[in-house]
Amino acid sequence: MNFGLTDEQEMIVSTVRSFVENEIYPHEDLVERTGEVPKEIADEIRRKTLELGFYACNFPEEVGGAGLSHVDFALVERELGRGSMALNHFFGRPQNILMACEGAQKERYLLPAVRGEKMDALAMTEPDAGSDVRGMKCFAKRDGGDWVVNGTKHFISGADHADFIIVFIATGEDDTPKGPKKRITAFLVDRGTPGFTIRHGYNSVSHRGYKNMVLEFDDCRLPDAQVLGEVDGGFAVMNEWLYATRITVATMSVGRARRVFDYAVSYAAERKQFGQPIGKFQGVSFQLADMITEIDAADWLTLASAWRLDQGLPANREIASAKLYASEMLARVTDAAIQIHGGMGLMDDLPLARFWRDARVERIWDGTSEIQRHIISRDLLRPLGA
Amino acid sequence: MKVLVPVKRVIDYNVKVRVKADSSGVDLANVKMSMNPFDEIAVEQAIRLKEAGQADEIVIVSIGVEKAQETIRTALAMGADRGILVKAVDNVETDVEPLAVAKILAKIVEEEGPGLVLCGKQAIDNDMNATGQMLAALLGWAQGTFASKLAIEGDHASVTREVDGGLQTIKVKMPAVVTVDLRLNEPRYASLPNIMKAKKKPLDVKTPEDYGVDVSPRLTVVSVKEPPARKAGVKVADVAELVDKLKNEAGVI
Ligand SMILES: Cc1cc2nc3c(=O)[nH]c(=O)nc-3n(C[C@H](O)[C@H](O)[C@H](O)COP(=O)(O)OP(=O)(O)OC[C@H]3O[C@@H](n4cnc5c(N)ncnc54)[C@H](O)[C@@H]3O)c2cc1C
Repeated sequence: MNFGLTDEQEMIVSTVRSFVENEIYPHEDLVERTGEVPKEIADEIRRKTLELGFYACNFPEEVGGAGLSHVDFALVERELGRGSMALNHFFGRPQNILMACEGAQKERYLLPAVRGEKMDALAMTEPDAGSDVRGMKCFAKRDGGDWVVNGTKHFISGADHADFIIVFIATGEDDTPKGPKKRITAFLVDRGTPGFTIRHGYNSVSHRGYKNMVLEFDDCRLPDAQVLGEVDGGFAVMNEWLYATRITVATMSVGRARRVFDYAVSYAAERKQFGQPIGKFQGVSFQLADMITEIDAADWLTLASAWRLDQGLPANREIASAKLYASEMLARVTDAAIQIHGGMGLMDDLPLARFWRDARVERIWDGTSEIQRHIISRDLLRPLGA
Repeated sequence: MKVLVPVKRVIDYNVKVRVKADSSGVDLANVKMSMNPFDEIAVEQAIRLKEAGQADEIVIVSIGVEKAQETIRTALAMGADRGILVKAVDNVETDVEPLAVAKILAKIVEEEGPGLVLCGKQAIDNDMNATGQMLAALLGWAQGTFASKLAIEGDHASVTREVDGGLQTIKVKMPAVVTVDLRLNEPRYASLPNIMKAKKKPLDVKTPEDYGVDVSPRLTVVSVKEPPARKAGVKVADVAELVDKLKNEAGVI
């Protein structure tokens, strides 16, 4: 067993760390204040990421990616997690589900996404179907050789910048002993397809500038060529690829927690009350001890789950544990960091209040903490017939 | 033309240095080490010369502990071609002094025959600002120090130097030793493909004995101290009080 990073991994970490510090941090206040990423800044981040060969580094070399292992990619995302989500969206990491593209889809979606020419987004959630994905109402009906889609998706991140969106849509229903069960298909939907609109959604407390959008389908006609994977095979592609977004939440939570921790530890060393640094009070120093212990635990849990993927071992439960623990750890760490800063922690002169707000969504998106616990516990009990 | 770039592994410039309790030096246990920032600028300049077709090979040399290999790999990941590690000490706390470094470099220059040696103007750990100058003297080569601009013009190099109160441009005959200053360029990030390639680039490991150089220290560090803590300022009521204090307390006007 070896917990050390290779020379390459060390260099990947230090390159991405410098990139985030020099290319992302300086724009964070602007994005926070305006809720927008100016186009020139977005283009600049994308251009530099492409130049450095980090764009789409999660994709295999055959399709133009860098072929990073899951562990390497987790290290990249961990460092990215220090920076603003809205900005590091342009340090492009297309959804790896695009690897399911077949034939002409590769030239139209997969390759341009890897080359940074087109951006993607992914849509499952609906106003009436969040955790219960199968409860979706967005429906595609056969009409001649095409599909005609009606329905609404909401909370779709990055759809404002997307050239196309991977959308999960119900394409049928089976009767089962447990009641009717929807069949689901993944579609590739281009921005500008007639009957398809992308509009502004809600303002979120977390990650200003990283917008969530509403998608509306009104008799939107899609040919079979837009089906990603098999018709009615939506759950198969989901299960094959969507673990990745949960690891992303875990790794980014760890990266952000480390940034927050750096603030907390230096403040504890510098801020004086009662004639001494507040870090000399056990009430403060023990908080720091708990914080770093939890951060390290989340870090190793996450890297270990990525490592399992690299080894071809089952990792579903481990990834759920990492997502659950890292996102909840981040909530505790950001909260404690504010406590250590006292009133100053709440003022927007420091980024701590932002980290604290941003942390809130990590326990909700890509499967809530409850859903992760459900996945973990089913994995434990299903084999026992319970 | 071959360009030789010596690089030093030093305490990272972001690390808050701590002086050891016994005043013998700076605490280097478990602190982040990186390439000396001035050396990074030298590496960047060498790569730019190569990209401009004025250099065809960039050789990186580091003299120090085994771990200095990482520093060489970083330079290789930026785009240099190969490396030479001279394993001169086992303990990071033992600094190899400028003269010993310059002597080893002189031998390597004899072997490699570069047309240009690009050094950082100084290492940020002990600020000696001596190695490049000593190397030029040992080789009998021309030297241009504190370069903020460098142009190769045939068998000469034009070096713009940052001197007190302005810029001085000199012409030096090649081969030459040029030491670089902060404003020469902005070093690039290592690209991912180059990071992946760096491992496959050749890296020779040598010892000072291979070059017949004695690296034992000649300097004795008497003591290392923290700079005195800055005292808090005072508030003055008005200009008159300020002028009075400057005159009578500080004695500066
Ligand atoms: C900012 C933001 C961006 C998002 N981006 C995207 C995106 O790009 N694409 C996308 O498809 N979705 C996206 N989502 C949606 C996100 O994945 C969902 O919000 C999430 O899955 C939860 O669904 P819900 O909000 O409808 O909550 P609900 O599912 O209604 O849950 C409400 C509460 O009930 C609990 N609950 C539900 N079912 C169970 C159960 N079986 N057992 C125990 N507790 C349960 C939940 O844990 C939660 O606490 C985004 C969400 C946000 C907030």
